[in-house]
Amino acid sequence: MLAFIIRRLLQAIVVMLTVALIAFTLFRFVGDPVNMMVGIETTAEERAQLRQDLGLNDAIVVQFARFVGNSARLNFGNSYQFKTPVIDLIADRFPATMELAFASALLSLLVGIPMGVYTALHRRSWLSNIFLAASLIGISLPTFLIGILLIFLFPVTLGILPSFGRGEVVRIGLWTTGLLTASGLKALVLPAITLGLFQMTLIMRLVRGEMMEVLRTDYIKFARARGLTDRAVNFGHALKNTLVPVMTITGLQLGSIIAFALITESVFQWPGMGLLFLKAVQNVDIPIMSAYLLLVAFIFVTINLIVDMLYAVVDPRIRIDARAA
Amino acid sequence: MSAEAKDLDVLMRRPSRFAAIMDSDVVYSFLHSRITIVAAIVTLVIVLAAILAPWIATQDPYDLRVLSLLDSHNPPAWLTGGDWRFPLGTDDQGRDVYSTILYGSRQSIAIGVMATLFAGMLGISLGLIAGYAGGTTDAIIMRAADIQSTFPPILVAMLIDGTTRALFGEQRNENVVIWVMVLSIGLGFWVQYARTVRGSTLVEKNKDYVLAARLIGIAPVKILFRHVLPNVVGPVLVIATINLALAIITEATLSFLGLGLPSTQPSLGTLIQIGQKYLFAGEWWIAIFPGTALAALVVAVNLLGDWLRDALNPKLR
Repeated sequence: MLAFIIRRLLQAIVVMLTVALIAFTLFRFVGDPVNMMVGIETTAEERAQLRQDLGLNDAIVVQFARFVGNSARLNFGNSYQFKTPVIDLIADRFPATMELAFASALLSLLVGIPMGVYTALHRRSWLSNIFLAASLIGISLPTFLIGILLIFLFPVTLGILPSFGRGEVVRIGLWTTGLLTASGLKALVLPAITLGLFQMTLIMRLVRGEMMEVLRTDYIKFARARGLTDRAVNFGHALKNTLVPVMTITGLQLGSIIAFALITESVFQWPGMGLLFLKAVQNVDIPIMSAYLLLVAFIFVTINLIVDMLYAVVDPRIRIDARAA
Repeated sequence: MSAEAKDLDVLMRRPSRFAAIMDSDVVYSFLHSRITIVAAIVTLVIVLAAILAPWIATQDPYDLRVLSLLDSHNPPAWLTGGDWRFPLGTDDQGRDVYSTILYGSRQSIAIGVMATLFAGMLGISLGLIAGYAGGTTDAIIMRAADIQSTFPPILVAMLIDGTTRALFGEQRNENVVIWVMVLSIGLGFWVQYARTVRGSTLVEKNKDYVLAARLIGIAPVKILFRHVLPNVVGPVLVIATINLALAIITEATLSFLGLGLPSTQPSLGTLIQIGQKYLFAGEWWIAIFPGTALAALVVAVNLLGDWLRDALNPKLR
């Protein structure tokens, strides 16, 4: 188990270093960092001084090492647009994205799993067909289109639920939350549905597929032969075994939820990290771009690592394979 | 085909190629799935409409001379204030929404198809090389694929877009933008092809026909592309169909976020972005009609992909 964890950790570090290299290349070679930081009236001497201060005259390897060191200490430099430290800008918007991501992940699990179980158990019912048809739409339509259709339906046509922003937020230490006010919760509804719909349909289809497969196996037949109730067989035996892959996919999807949040944030003008990144791309604000890149990669790699380990805990076969390898 | 073979063909009264295709499992499953036929018709109609746009559109939305601000914000023709010159209404610049949808689908489909082709060529080549060469080459390509798959394609595309914005600056004209989009969307999607093709290549490369080809001294590149490739291409078709839908979605999303095609040359995504601003003013038609066209296209292509996957999957037969 320990060897397995160490191997996965090493892989994760290699991935992070590669991403850091891409981020560094972006920062160092796309446009001149000095020109981006100063105005037109800055003299050549001042520019040279700044170049020296930033260490841009050092060897590339040294610069890269410094970049990695700074990034590890969350020092991403100053934003070109706002002239303030990137980390402050991100920390400001981090809670908004996280609340949105977790709300939609929760929603997709709470709705997706029951729908999947229902469609697997009652395959020919009309409700299952409706669920499946709806899931096709949920899996096909782009996120932003779903958002626009929801805005058109609820705030515009029916005049309920807000269509942009986070509502009133409460500040608790470093964290700002919209979960404690009525307007904050209302503002969360549509963005969370928009972001969660794809995951919801994915989980539903996954649970349905796995469940149908498990229901065909011998131990389920045996459980029925033993005279266990439908309820015990379906939920105690079958559902439990379908949840392992569901756990993996949900974990992995959490990363893409955070990444995809930027589309939802753009549709609903949700003040999160995604919107910050989007504005940074439009205005070529490279420090924000590379910091966001590193952050997303870090979240992805961490989640991957946790999922791998959980998987090894849940499924003994993987532990044995790891020991053999 | 040589003359002898042709004679033999006639002698043996082999069914024609057309009849053989019509008799195959794939066609059988197509003709027996009503929803697939509907999806194929919808796809065909949209693609034809996009190709024939210059002839069936009522105006050329790129020609600024025919646009008049007096005609802007017109509702669809059947509503009060509508004008039959603009069946689905007009946008904020007086462009006919119906014509713009036709031209926009043209952009969306062209970029989607080219990006899919690019991703396919890149992924297939890398997959063939990785599977056939093995060793270090294989390890490097597959690790690169692992790292690439850490990022959702939309992020890759945004990064490349942002980078070219910095590199080209103001010179980023419309022609460059289209190729940047093809490149950035294509780069996001090559991994799946590479993994699939590598897997099948690993199986194929130990088969007798490859050994025979190597024995008579055929160059590895020729073996890969002439002999191995045709045998691994089946699953690739399925991936390509599903990827086409994803590429169209990615293009639309980028354009919607303001990182894609400019509003002077709108794709469906750009149109929806323009329309979103006027949703609250009650002018729903600018966003909703292009949105419906996009949704229909993407759902139909996805359904075709689903069907192809099932039809080509021997396990399900």
